[in-house]
This record gives sequence, structure tokens and C-alpha cells, in this order.
Amino acid sequence: MSEKERIQVFPSRMAQTIMKARLKGAEKGHSLLKKKADALTLRFRAILKKIIETKVLMGEVMKEAAFSAAQAKFVIGDFNHVVLQNVTKAQTKVRSRKDNVAGVLLPVFEHYVDGSDSYELAGLARGGQQVSKIKKNYAKAVELLVELASLQTSFVTLDEVIKITNRRVNAIEYVIIPRITRTLAYIITELDEREREEFYRLKKIQGKKKVIRADAEKVRIALKEKGVDVDNPANILEATNQDQDLLF
Amino acid sequence: MAMHSAIKGKLIAVIGDEDSCVGFLLGGIGEVNKARQTNFMVVTKNTTVHEIEEQFKSFVHRDDIAIILINQNVAEMIRYVLDNYNQPIPAVLEIPSKDCPYDSSKDSILRRAKGSMFTAEDLRTEA
Repeated sequence: MSEKERIQVFPSRMAQTIMKARLKGAEKGHSLLKKKADALTLRFRAILKKIIETKVLMGEVMKEAAFSAAQAKFVIGDFNHVVLQNVTKAQTKVRSRKDNVAGVLLPVFEHYVDGSDSYELAGLARGGQQVSKIKKNYAKAVELLVELASLQTSFVTLDEVIKITNRRVNAIEYVIIPRITRTLAYIITELDEREREEFYRLKKIQGKKKVIRADAEKVRIALKEKGVDVDNPANILEATNQDQDLLF
Repeated sequence: MAMHSAIKGKLIAVIGDEDSCVGFLLGGIGEVNKARQTNFMVVTKNTTVHEIEEQFKSFVHRDDIAIILINQNVAEMIRYVLDNYNQPIPAVLEIPSKDCPYDSSKDSILRRAKGSMFTAEDLRTEA
């Protein structure tokens, strides 16, 4: 249980220093990621607001476009088949480029027109004005929809990135930092424990030494009582007549 | 490849009723490629849900399509596909059709936004 809740380290001063550094690093990373998440959320909300505005606007534009189509149909009659059959090359296309927000690449679409209009001659016989009106209205709709598409793409991408960032922030806050803190606490308790052991050991040795000293004292007193001069031991360097001169 | 397609420019695909398709084709987005594949699909009342789903999937897999426009009533039919679709490119946009006005509460993206944050109605009253 406790193995899972803390990092496996040998409880030493060095490990403690390393853990302290890691804790600091984790806290720094947490605050940076939180800032990133905030920046992304800010952008996200702005985009969401824009999407909703654009969607409402799109409703209007599409209504107008559909109305102009109905008008043209009234004047020309059914021309749907002609249009559906004469498709060749796209005149309006989109190109995408990347926009960078807080290290996240957001695709942005731009529409551009190239090539010739394949329906140049549509409505030549009758209703030319109506046909050009449809073209204009739908071109406007396409422009708006491309803008909306890039907003929506950014929205989806940002949504994903925000989720990931928040997951990281939470992981650091609720898993990594507590684990490091627990490891630090463990190291401190182990070090304290060792210190107490050391202190106890010293006390014990002191006690032993005291006993030994007392014993020695007892022996001395006993010797004194026997009449041995323990207080003034003979100096072996001083010449006494106890030793015979050595003669060779 | 990416560079190449960026220069070439990508297409906008349409799935919708005949009038919507015709409108957008007049707007100049229609293209037929060498394999005679079109980038639009006309949904009539005889089109099955399965056909729409297949066409949607084939549009998603084509790498020359950047945006898929789909009528909201058609989107309703394949809602379960759209709800599971979460890639950024191609972007799927729901557009109103001639006979159904646009309802933002049905839109996949806006519903997702609603789930995660605030509602569309909130923002509208704000703006």
C-alpha cells in the first residue's frame, strides 16, 4: 500500500534534497500548465461565442440564398439537372494554414477563387439576373461557412487540448505532488528515527562506561584497603634500587 | 503530401437536398475528379440512411476535402455517426435546408459545447 503512495527511495539526506528539488519542479510545472489551460480556455470561450454569432448569421444568409434560388426557379423553371450535370472543376476552394495559440496549432481555412466559372452561360436564355443573384448569395454563404468551419475546427482542437491540459494539471496536483510530499514525509520520519536510535545508542554506551568506571573504582578501593599504594604508583623512569645493574 | 495538398487547395463537400446542392454548385464548389467521384450528394426522399452514412464516411476519408456541409435534417438521420465523429479535419458543418429552419440545439458541436460549458442560449442573451 505505502509502496504505491510514495516513490521508492533510500531515506537519506541526499534523497531528501532531490525530492525537494522535484517538488519544486512539480509545483512550477503545475503553475505553468494552469496558465496554459487558462489561456486556452480564454481563447476557447471567445471562439465559442463567435461560432454562435456566426451560426445565427449563417441562418440569415442561407435563408436569403434559398429565397433567391426559389426566385430563379420561378423565372427559369427547373434548372437543377443542368447544374447537377455540368459539374467539372471547383472554382472556390479552401487552403488551410496553421495558427499558434499557446503552443497549440489551430488550422485556419481560407477560401480562394481560381479557375473559371463553369456556369458562365447558365441563364443565358432567361433569368440571367436571377442566376447571378444565386451565385452571389451562395458565394457569400460559402465564404461565411468557410469562416465557420475554421472556427469549428479550432473549437474541436482546443476542446481536446484543454481536456489534455486539465488532465495533466489534475494529475500533478492530485497524484504527483502528494506522492512527492509523502516521500518527503517518509524520508523525514526515517531520518528522525535514525537520529533517535543514534541518541539512544550513545546513552547506552555512556551507561556502560559508567558501570566499567565504577567497577574499576571498587577494585582500587579494595587494593587500597589491602595496603597497596594505588595513589602514588612508582615512576618506572626514576632510578630506584630495586633493579640490579645489568652487567655484560 | 501535406505541402502538395496545401498548394492545391481543398474542396468543400455537400450532402443535402437537391436545392441546397444546386445552390452551392452555383456558388462554385462542385468538382468531379478523375474517378468520376463528385464532392456532393443529393439526398432525395428515396435515399436510405445507409447510403448517406457511406457517402459521409467516404467524404471523411478523402484527403482532398476540408469541409463537409450537411443539411440539418440529413444530419439528424445520421446523428449517431456525427456524434461519434470528433476529428478536426474535415470539419463537419450543419446548415439549414430550405424547408427546415436552423435549430442550434440539435447541432453536434453546440451540444458538445453545452455539455462541457455553458449553453448557447446563455451566450445569445449575453451578446
